[in-house]
Amino acid sequence: MTSLLRLIACGSVDDGKSTLIGRLLHDCGGIYDDQLSGLVAASRRFGTQGGEVDLALLGDALEAEREQGITIDVAYRFFATPARKFILADAPGHEQYTRNMVTGASTADLAVVLVDAGKGILTQTRRHSYLAKLLGIGRVVLAVNKMDLVGWDRARFEEIAGEYRSFAEGIGIPQVTAIPLSALTGANVASKSDLADWYHGPALIEYLEQVDISQNAAGPGLFRMPVQWVSRPNVDFRGYAGTVVSGTVRPGDQVIVLPAETPAEIERIVTMDGELAEAVSGQSVTLTFTRPVECARGSVLSSAVDLPQKGDQFEAVLHWMASEDLLPGRQYLLKLATQTVAAVVQTPKYEINVDTLEHLACKTLGLNAIGVANIWADGPIIFEPYDASRDLGGFILIDRLSNATVAAGMINHALRRSINVHEQILEVTPESRAALKGQRPKLLWFTGLSGAGKSTIANIVERKLNARGRHTFLLDGDNLRRGLNKDLGFTDADRIENIRRAAETACLMMDAGLIVLTAFISPFRAERQMVREMVAEGDFVEIFVDTPLADAEARDVKGLYKKARAGELQNFTGLDSSYETPEVPQIRIDTMRTAAEEAADIIIAYLERL
Amino acid sequence: MSALTHLQLLEAESIHIIREVMAEMERPVMLYSAGKDSAVMLHLARKAAYPSSPPFPLLHVDTGWKFREMYEHRDRAAAQGGMELIVHRNPDAVERNIDPFVHGSSLHTMLWKTEGLKQALSAHRFDSAFGGARRDEEASRAKERIFSFRSSSHAWDPKNQRPELWRLFNTRISPGESVRVFPLSNWTELDVWQYIEAEEIEVVPLYFAAARPTVERDGQLFVIDDDRFPLAKGERPVERRVRFRTLGCYPLTAAIESDATTVAEVVDEMRRSPSSERSGRLIDRDEAASMERKKRQGYF
Repeated sequence: MTSLLRLIACGSVDDGKSTLIGRLLHDCGGIYDDQLSGLVAASRRFGTQGGEVDLALLGDALEAEREQGITIDVAYRFFATPARKFILADAPGHEQYTRNMVTGASTADLAVVLVDAGKGILTQTRRHSYLAKLLGIGRVVLAVNKMDLVGWDRARFEEIAGEYRSFAEGIGIPQVTAIPLSALTGANVASKSDLADWYHGPALIEYLEQVDISQNAAGPGLFRMPVQWVSRPNVDFRGYAGTVVSGTVRPGDQVIVLPAETPAEIERIVTMDGELAEAVSGQSVTLTFTRPVECARGSVLSSAVDLPQKGDQFEAVLHWMASEDLLPGRQYLLKLATQTVAAVVQTPKYEINVDTLEHLACKTLGLNAIGVANIWADGPIIFEPYDASRDLGGFILIDRLSNATVAAGMINHALRRSINVHEQILEVTPESRAALKGQRPKLLWFTGLSGAGKSTIANIVERKLNARGRHTFLLDGDNLRRGLNKDLGFTDADRIENIRRAAETACLMMDAGLIVLTAFISPFRAERQMVREMVAEGDFVEIFVDTPLADAEARDVKGLYKKARAGELQNFTGLDSSYETPEVPQIRIDTMRTAAEEAADIIIAYLERL
Repeated sequence: MSALTHLQLLEAESIHIIREVMAEMERPVMLYSAGKDSAVMLHLARKAAYPSSPPFPLLHVDTGWKFREMYEHRDRAAAQGGMELIVHRNPDAVERNIDPFVHGSSLHTMLWKTEGLKQALSAHRFDSAFGGARRDEEASRAKERIFSFRSSSHAWDPKNQRPELWRLFNTRISPGESVRVFPLSNWTELDVWQYIEAEEIEVVPLYFAAARPTVERDGQLFVIDDDRFPLAKGERPVERRVRFRTLGCYPLTAAIESDATTVAEVVDEMRRSPSSERSGRLIDRDEAASMERKKRQGYF
């Protein structure tokens, strides 16, 4: 009977983590001769130990990593003693550390936190411990390493252990075992060393072999099994396949099928090895009911005494894992156990500084950030707080377009349905409207002389955007002056008011999620600047439709130049009112060289690059 | 967590992985090589689906250079599982008569295995393929995900892997993309043998010691499986008591001298053995980081 322990090792290279992992593998027969000779060769090429075997390279397995001297990814290592097999997640440092550590810790029963006896508890030590706790690890081995360098000083060890214990207690890690050791010499790793006769606890491997991990979860728990797959080999058999995530189940048990909350009685526990009298947490089985009950992938089977929660709104800790920031209001896919629903993350309540544990105000979460936010799913899901169940409290968010896993989440608690209506109205944000349309609102501001071709080009751009499934609106200067702005003339003040109203209208339309195109002469820089500042940075695209006055006048599609020259129109731009050429427009269209259709393509191409 | 043994927990985890694919992917297939890892994986697939049959076919990407006993075992195992067996041989390699003795192991592997696999997956439009690889086998495997995504050209991007937390797998792909799934990721070679023993899984007899005709090349022993093995002038096959730790194409797979004739003896021998399993695989040693490069090109 060999049991299984999953653990994560935390610490930086300087703490000797790689050396300790190398030592564990070596002392437990986890490194083969030919792998060791490969390591010797690699050490000569890439090593940092002056030609000595660099055990750190065991972790840097990928060619790309060795060349760049960085570690990209969490690696899994295996070693075993006669009593226990170990799966060790090695989540090395550098900027991706948080993501790697969260990944590795999610399946770990225990964390080994390394501390350099010379340096003591560092900010990193606290960060690693906090992340371990966050992912539900309640048991830490504090490996006080490099004891040989401090002369196996008992007082130093006890000082570090004491400081760590009070910190761990503060963040809610109940079980800490401190072990003085030297990864380099192997003292107190595989077996007890005589060098520390004052230490009466176990060596590291002895402890890992013996530690009782059955106490790790919140007790044995009540029966829960998310249904993965329905087995129907023939019309007479209908079985529900899944992994028991907590508790036990026996034939004859009364269970509840969620979300419908239908009672059912377990008839048989079917496996290829024969029927079982009992299935326990961790086993993958197939269950049958005594009578037909509606049940499918995504259903959760539960003991009848205390049901998991059902709801579509909850608060969760989110760890953001993508390089693109969280977009509050955007729809992501949420996968929890075997359930997948669409869900929207609200603006985070705060971000957590993992070094100081301070709460920071924030509007979004970037790569590696950890924060707390409310999540609204588009339908009810069955869940439990993460503290009670990793399987029913942990979820991932998936980007709907790229299919990337963008976040890991841990549910704190359900939100009461009594959230007031007022707040709900406010919560439908411009972002959520835009997300529904699957686009980012933009303001394409065409400026140029009368007759330059602004409306013509804007029309073509709108047509092309429509063809691409974009939701748009074209605000044309002439059209606006027939309604909203019909009280305005062509004085400078009226021109400014004309632009202000147009800009306000455009902003409302952007809030509605639209891509807005405007075609106004808009001759003054200041007003164009005003508009630019009214919308979010990067969402204002100034497009200068550049036509020489002579050419515009020669075309004179609307006959306006002729009228102005005849004195029938006052304050005509380019004649007796100035046009201030844009200094740095995002796009300049030279209409002498570029046809309207081509100009539209240039603008579309620009938008696609954004 | 529970009183389950490590083998029971590994088994449950693998079944869970296989069922996620059965439930969420549209066209899965199981790569099957007739080796011990394939045997364990097939056994787990049957357990995952029981009492149904696994709802996917087996695919053998054949090179024509496997040991004869492997072909016999393959056909028998597929029939026992009640599963469809697809055998694919790269027609280009067939036409060029690619031979590891003549063309070398790199071209042999590239054409028969890497290209052959890509052809078969594309031709049948499989969106997911189970493979029996384990993380303890090779360094770049240790960092590969259980669900490993491949672009529409079957390439692996080690820097852009999806994080895998808990028992949660993001199986979503875009049209044309596919995913390689490794249910044995967390198994070691020892676990595989212990499981074969506990579950009495039938494996190819080549894993057990017997007197076989061998020649020695570069300090490694090769078994002469048929008359395509070119002998050097004056070279004579010598009968030795050997077995294999790993099985591939017979000209590229070295045997070890051994007396282990039962699973228990194999396990015992392995515990005392100081070499890794893949040391007998010539294709891994062509150059540094060769497995990582092959995988980026689409190798399993």
